[in-house]
Order: sequence, then C-alpha cells, then structure tokens
Amino acid sequence: MTVIPSLSRRLHGPSIWALYVIGLCPAAWYFYQGATGGLGVNPVKTFEHLLGIWALRFLIATLAITPLRDIVGVNWLRYRRALGLLAFYYVVMHFSVWLILDRGLEVSSIAGDIVKRPYITIGIVCLVSLVPLAVTSNNWSIRRLGPRWSKLHQLIYPVALGGALHYLLAVKSVTFQPFVHIGLVAVLLAYRPLRKPFLAWKRGGNPRVARAGR
Amino acid sequence: APLTASPSRFSTDEKLTPKEAVTSYNNFYEFGTAKSDPAERSGQFDPLPWSVKVDGLVGKPREFGIEELMKMPLEDRVYRLRCVEGWSMVIPWIGFPLAALLDQVEPLGSAKYVSFETVVRPEEMPGQTGFFQPLEWPYVEGLRLDEARHPLTILSVGLYGETLPNQNGAPIRLIVPWKYGFKSIKSIVKISLVEEQPETTWKNSNAREYGFYSNVNPEVDHPRWSQATEQRIGEGGFFSVANRPTLKFNGYADEVAGLYDGMDLKANF
Repeated sequence: MTVIPSLSRRLHGPSIWALYVIGLCPAAWYFYQGATGGLGVNPVKTFEHLLGIWALRFLIATLAITPLRDIVGVNWLRYRRALGLLAFYYVVMHFSVWLILDRGLEVSSIAGDIVKRPYITIGIVCLVSLVPLAVTSNNWSIRRLGPRWSKLHQLIYPVALGGALHYLLAVKSVTFQPFVHIGLVAVLLAYRPLRKPFLAWKRGGNPRVARAGR
Repeated sequence: APLTASPSRFSTDEKLTPKEAVTSYNNFYEFGTAKSDPAERSGQFDPLPWSVKVDGLVGKPREFGIEELMKMPLEDRVYRLRCVEGWSMVIPWIGFPLAALLDQVEPLGSAKYVSFETVVRPEEMPGQTGFFQPLEWPYVEGLRLDEARHPLTILSVGLYGETLPNQNGAPIRLIVPWKYGFKSIKSIVKISLVEEQPETTWKNSNAREYGFYSNVNPEVDHPRWSQATEQRIGEGGFFSVANRPTLKFNGYADEVAGLYDGMDLKANF
C-alpha cells in the first residue's frame, strides 16, 4: 500500500531534526528579507501575515498525519511533534511581530484590540491554548500524563478551527489562498468524527464490498 | 508621458510617499487581490484609446475622449490617501475638479447623485477572470452631487508629474481625499447623474462593513478593526513602523465637514 519508500530507522532521528531546521527556514528567510528591504513597502505587515499563514500550514500538516496513516498508509507519526511545535513557534512569532513591530508595544491600544476585535480575541485564545500543548510535547509528559495527555492534546482541534476563523475574519475578501487554507482545516477536522466508522469499514467492511461486487 | 500642471492651494506640504511605494503597493482587484498584483499583472492593460461616457440626468449627455480630458486645466493636488485597511500615503496627483466636467454636461435639477463605473476587460485584467472573483464587475462607486461638486473632488490623470500608471487607475480615476481609498474609483468609463443613491461595490459586497459615505472617521471603527490609527507607508522601517492617529475626514474637516451638518456619521458610515 505504501508508495513512499520507507526511511531507514537510523535516519529517523536526523530527519526530525532536519524538519525543525527546514521548518524554521521560511521565518529566517522572511526576517532577513524584511530587515534588508526585500518585503516591499509594508514589510512588517507582510512578515506578520506570512508568519501567520505558515503557522496555519504547520497546523494543517500536524492534523494531516493521522488521516495520512489511515487512508494512504504512510506513517509519519514521528514528525507530528515537530510539526506541532513548529506551528506553535510560528504562532508565537506571528504574535510577537504584531505586538512589537506592528503595534510598537502600545499596551493600551493593544489591550483594547484584544477585547474588542473578535479575530484578535480568537487569535490570543488560540495562542494561549497552544502553550500547554507545547509544554507537554515531550516523552516525559506523555509518560507522566498517561491517557490525560491525549485528552489534553485534543485541544489542537478547537485551536485549528480558531486559527482558520482568525484568518477568515482578518481578510477583506475570501480569495484563493484563504479559501484553500480554511478548506483544508475544515476537511481535516471533519475527518475526526468519521475516523472510527472509516477504520471499522476498512477493517471489517472490505468483505462486504467484495460481496456486493459479486 | 510627462504632464504639466499648475499648483493648488488644496495641496498639503506633508512629506510625499516615495513614487516606488505609490506605484507598487495598490488595491486594484481587477488585477488581483495582492498588493503587488496591480503593478505586476497590469502589463497587458492598454488605456488608449479611451473615452468616458457621461449620461443620465443631464442636459447635454456626451462622450469625452481622453485627449480632450487631458486638455482640461490640470492642477497638482498633493493629497493624503487613507485606505480602509489602516494604511495611508501622501500622493502628488495631477487632475482637474470633477465639477468642471459636470458643468459641461449641465446636470438637471432632478440629479441628486453621481455614479461611476470602471472598465471591464477580462482579457487584460487578470483579476476579472478565473474561478475566484473577489467582487462583482464592473466596480461601481457613487457620490452625492454636492460631494462630487466639492472643489477637493478631482478626476486624476496623472501622478508624480506623469500620466497615471496602469496600477494606479489609468488613464483617469476619481480622487475623493476625505473618504476611504476604495471610493476613489479607477479606470473610469462611465459617469451617470441619477436621482437615487447609486449602488457601490463594497457596500454590495458587505453592507454591514462598508457604507455609501465611507468618510474617513477615527471615531467609527470598521466592525473588525480599529480606524483610530494608520500606518504611513514609506516612513519608518522594519523595526520602526510609522503609526499615526487618523484624522476626521482624513484631515479635510475644515473643507468638507459642512457637507454633513446635522447628519449622524455613525449611522451614515
């Protein structure tokens, strides 16, 4: 079933570290571009928006690991922690750029925006919700929390939904790029309630399909 | 092509936004929704020949060739431009008062509003083709007749001493400096005098967020973001954004506030 050649076990560890390095490249590149005049005449907004879009991309990638395994048979579970943490790092950078470079740390107007603007409120709630997930993204926490770890990490679903909503509410009109990102989040979230029946069908349902074909 | 124009008392002496920024950071959805799209994707657009049809409730409806419009007494008008998105520029436009054009067609007493229409050319405007069309075409805008006749309201045919680049609305566009930028409709092919308040594109797209008047007003927030401050494009830098307070009527209150005497600006946003 697997079409992608499997990676030798020896390379699993290094490939995860490579993912961290590659994953942080867009941020580093855009920062360099912004600081040297390569991001156009409104570099801060451009940088801020790019970081937000990359945060959403890593969230999408994190959510895609399970369906990829279920449907395509590719097991990339070993990369999920790195993808989730990259999403968190990009959310933190997106927020920091907004706070420091865009709004210049003007505390009173920032506080007003967080309370009054739903898309900013949603963004902040998502950021805060990601903190416990990032803090417990290690083997020790998984052992320590046991089944509660999985429960806690289901927070990723409302966070992804919130992230997509945050994007939708921030744009002036829904064009191709927001549509694709929001659509992917919707599809990946919609898969979750369908997962159990799908797996049951996949395991036990095949004979029925065969019978029907006869 | 270079243009010559006489100075105007309506010009601000604020620092100009660099030409590079004025001609590379644009909202002109007919060419795409990214700020860089109008400059990058308007190469196929040919603004010549061009004519503007003026009709509706007028004594002398007619079509004006662009050559004729370029011969109107042109003035330099250095205006602030405030986009509804929260950024601003200072732009040296070249143009003539819209009132001068309206005088030539002799509006009837029944005319209360002026409506404007942008060209539709999907073969030259990539934003007007494809699966995702952010707005309905043609882009339409409108003003009350007294707003249209106000001396600050101009039809612009150039900026920075030259004819308009495609991305800025070639060959002729409206400039209403006390309103959010989207009111200043680009690449105009038709102007009609009408009795009822005309339809406007952004209001059609989302009436809760964009009103007919759309006067710059720091006291009336956009439902999703604040309008209290603006970022002056081309000033500051990556580590020092140039945020400044937004002024009522974009700083033109002395000239235009009288147009709205007794009107609730929160209800008529």
